[in-house]
Amino acid sequence: MSGALPIERVIPPGAARRRLRGRDPLLAGCVVVIAALVLMALLAPLIAPHDPDASDILAANEGSSLSHPLGTDSVGRDILSRIIHGARLSLLGPALVVVAATVGGVAVALVTAWRGGRVDTVASRVLDILFAFPGLIFAILAVAMFGTGLVAPVIALSIAYLPYIARVIRSAAIRERALPYVEACQVAGMSPLRICWRHLLPNLLPYVAVQAAVSFGYALVDLSALSYLGLGVQPPSAEWGRMVADGQAAILNGNPEASLYAGMAIVVTVLAFNLLADRLVRRTAQ
Amino acid sequence: MLTRLAGLLLTLLVASVVIYGALYLAPGDPSTLLAGNKATPRTLESIREQWHLDDPFYERYWAWLSGAVRGDLGESFTYKQSVGSLISDRIGTTTLLIAYAFALVLVGGVLLGIVGALRPRAGAGITAVSSVGIAVPSYVAAIVLITVFAVELGWFPVFGDGTGFLDRLWHLTLPAIALALAWNAYVAQLTKAAVHEESLRDHVATARSRGVAEGAIVRRHIVRNALIPITTVLGITIAGLVAGTVVIEQSFNLNGIGSLLVQATSSKDFALVQGISLLLVTIFVVVNVGVDLLNAALDPRLRTERRP
Amino acid sequence: MHGAATAGHREDGVTGPAPTPPAALLSIRALRVDLRAEGELRRVIHDVTLDVAEGESVGLVGESGSGKSMTARAVARLLPEGAVTGGEIVFDGEPVLTLRGAALRRFRRGGIATIFQDPAAHINPVRTIGDHLTEGLRLVRGVDAREAERRAAAMLGEVGIAGGERRLRQHPHELSGGMLQRVMIASVLLDEPRLILADEPTTALDVTTQSEVMALLSELSRERRLAMLYITHDLELAAGVCDRTAVMYAGAVMEVQRSAALNDGPLNPYTAALLAARPRVDARSDRLEAIAGRPRSAFEAPEGCVFADRCPHVEDACVAERQELRPLAGGLVRCRRAEELRGRLGHA
Repeated sequence: MSGALPIERVIPPGAARRRLRGRDPLLAGCVVVIAALVLMALLAPLIAPHDPDASDILAANEGSSLSHPLGTDSVGRDILSRIIHGARLSLLGPALVVVAATVGGVAVALVTAWRGGRVDTVASRVLDILFAFPGLIFAILAVAMFGTGLVAPVIALSIAYLPYIARVIRSAAIRERALPYVEACQVAGMSPLRICWRHLLPNLLPYVAVQAAVSFGYALVDLSALSYLGLGVQPPSAEWGRMVADGQAAILNGNPEASLYAGMAIVVTVLAFNLLADRLVRRTAQ
Repeated sequence: MLTRLAGLLLTLLVASVVIYGALYLAPGDPSTLLAGNKATPRTLESIREQWHLDDPFYERYWAWLSGAVRGDLGESFTYKQSVGSLISDRIGTTTLLIAYAFALVLVGGVLLGIVGALRPRAGAGITAVSSVGIAVPSYVAAIVLITVFAVELGWFPVFGDGTGFLDRLWHLTLPAIALALAWNAYVAQLTKAAVHEESLRDHVATARSRGVAEGAIVRRHIVRNALIPITTVLGITIAGLVAGTVVIEQSFNLNGIGSLLVQATSSKDFALVQGISLLLVTIFVVVNVGVDLLNAALDPRLRTERRP
Repeated sequence: MHGAATAGHREDGVTGPAPTPPAALLSIRALRVDLRAEGELRRVIHDVTLDVAEGESVGLVGESGSGKSMTARAVARLLPEGAVTGGEIVFDGEPVLTLRGAALRRFRRGGIATIFQDPAAHINPVRTIGDHLTEGLRLVRGVDAREAERRAAAMLGEVGIAGGERRLRQHPHELSGGMLQRVMIASVLLDEPRLILADEPTTALDVTTQSEVMALLSELSRERRLAMLYITHDLELAAGVCDRTAVMYAGAVMEVQRSAALNDGPLNPYTAALLAARPRVDARSDRLEAIAGRPRSAFEAPEGCVFADRCPHVEDACVAERQELRPLAGGLVRCRRAEELRGRLGHA
């Protein structure tokens, strides 16, 4: 999975105009889970029961207790506190990737859809070349260049995800641009930039939201994979992928909790974002 | 087809420039990396000469690329060995792992997708399970599998690649499952969608109206036509499995190309990183060409020009 | 109520003027179809009663949404999933709507073959023309491959496609729409049916090939004495090609007559309105008579006579009660005032 799962979701044409009202408990559930994760990250110092980095070698590999609800890891740090604090770095990276890739992708999509012709052809060629690099390999190359940490992989993944977002938004934008109202705006003397900003972009927002949600999940998987490999966030900082790797040695001694809980945090987050994207597709497509 | 091929060659060329250029532009002086911090200016000088570090970019790139075409990818400074031999020593394990995982995806993903599309009741369950499956990263699947099947039950070895074919398969079983899991789910979902779409086509109704047996309709009209999108998805899957080995070899301490790339990246062994990256990108490009060729073989509309 | 209509029709079939032979090959009785849309059932056909005798060609004419194509799909058992049917369809003495599994397949291979509207969509694009033509012979009838190909190539010649052997190796996208429809006709004839369902077979073709394909279909089916149910929106074309013509509106058959009689003496005001609305070559006319209002689907038709809200001859009683199909002047009509209006409905 880590690497090159394509992050496109296909939305049928015209989806943006037909919105389904009514309840969707699964969608609501995803929103609640994501909101809780964000709150957890923001309020980590307030809600975490312990210092995430305070180790107590005498209390290593403890099971679940009142003071340590998820137990402690191999150097006696509180697993729950580390997962709560880990949410900060684990969610920050993907958020940055999504914002950068979405802004870039939408800009490329609008320009190519609006100008068409040679601009479109050249941009498509460049995007095709970018498709040849799976995000993870691209990120590893960036780490080789700039060293370990979060910055290089975030930049690399932003570039690697951009073409996927651009491709989906571009085809939606081309359909939208062909609608009569765009021409009416042009006849009325509106500038292209204004038409794009005031009309095209708002109508494309559902597509953008879906792509952003899917990208978030995959960015989280790729970034925590890098940290898992020791190429991303460095110890002792709490980060979920890093925690999975740190806990792996203890599995052999029969103490898999640290790894498993961190892995679970990743799965729950990715699942929430993937399902959110699915429900958004369904909501806009019906 | 020829223009497509030329496009892929161009992609490969640009990719090689990016791979080489990226590390060329990397901050820091490679000679200090090679010689260590305590090196005298003299040793640095000789190292710069030995590795051609002062030559202009295009000369070094050309020397590297022409070497790469001949199979000479330079020398790794951490292993003091040629990159080519380091790769060829490990490529067997990686290839076997990818082939194993791909076989699992073929049997699991494609089959589940077809069944899910044709049997609506099974379909709902397959969709639910595969949505969860897609969200499980390979390294998380790896630690769960190690915990349950290697440590708790002791059915499979925890680490290592084994010796002899059967023993290697044995050692690679858990890694292959971990690697294939999310892709299984992904392929199952897309196969299901493709088969479902094909089952609604008008020509399927034609065959049905002629009294063709349901099994023959599924084979000749539904699955046969769905093979075209499925091939594309399987191409993406191979590329993803190749990238995924980088992570999963680390999880299971396998001695393959992927773990070699991670080590090379950590130690800034540029020649090794460049060599492996080039190999991986070449594989992606070749897989793309393969998918195009297969699609042309499966879809006559891509073979012949449309006549008016 | 439906019983009365049924009896009436039978009687008409027996005593009516030739060329209608006595026994009906296909007999549709009070057919009703509901389709599932957004979770609720929607009526698309509320009363279709129609016979097609052995060797007879019957036109089924209606505007889009009248339910004519749905009728064809019901006969071929190709209704979408979740459709609910009522009434009865009998083919060669066997009730069709209740067939399942092996019996359904036997029915499909045995008697009815369908020519669809859009041949490009209805022939598998990734298989060869030869595969399409021989599929019925080889998979359903067990003819060996070589013999099936020989027959297919010969049949291509009969539908006017030269170079049969070579054509068998080609794929659908290499042929024009008119050619593909000929291939479709050839494949139907190879399956040796007793009844051809032709569902707007020429609508997707361009005008010049339309008449060629129609002439070919009509000639070949007549030659082989095949019965045909020809579905179209073109009243004139149906009347020109078919022995009898049925007119549908809002999911119900409004009138059935011998084609020759229909043109000059329509029995139902709706048929008369249709006749008046088409452009005519032989009579000079400054304007076409459009029918007031828009066509209704079965589920939105008025309570009483389905045409009541658009009929120029409507009376209060028409709105009050549903009308049944009843015999009149050798045909069948669904109109309260048919006797009264008879002779006054011809086009002005």
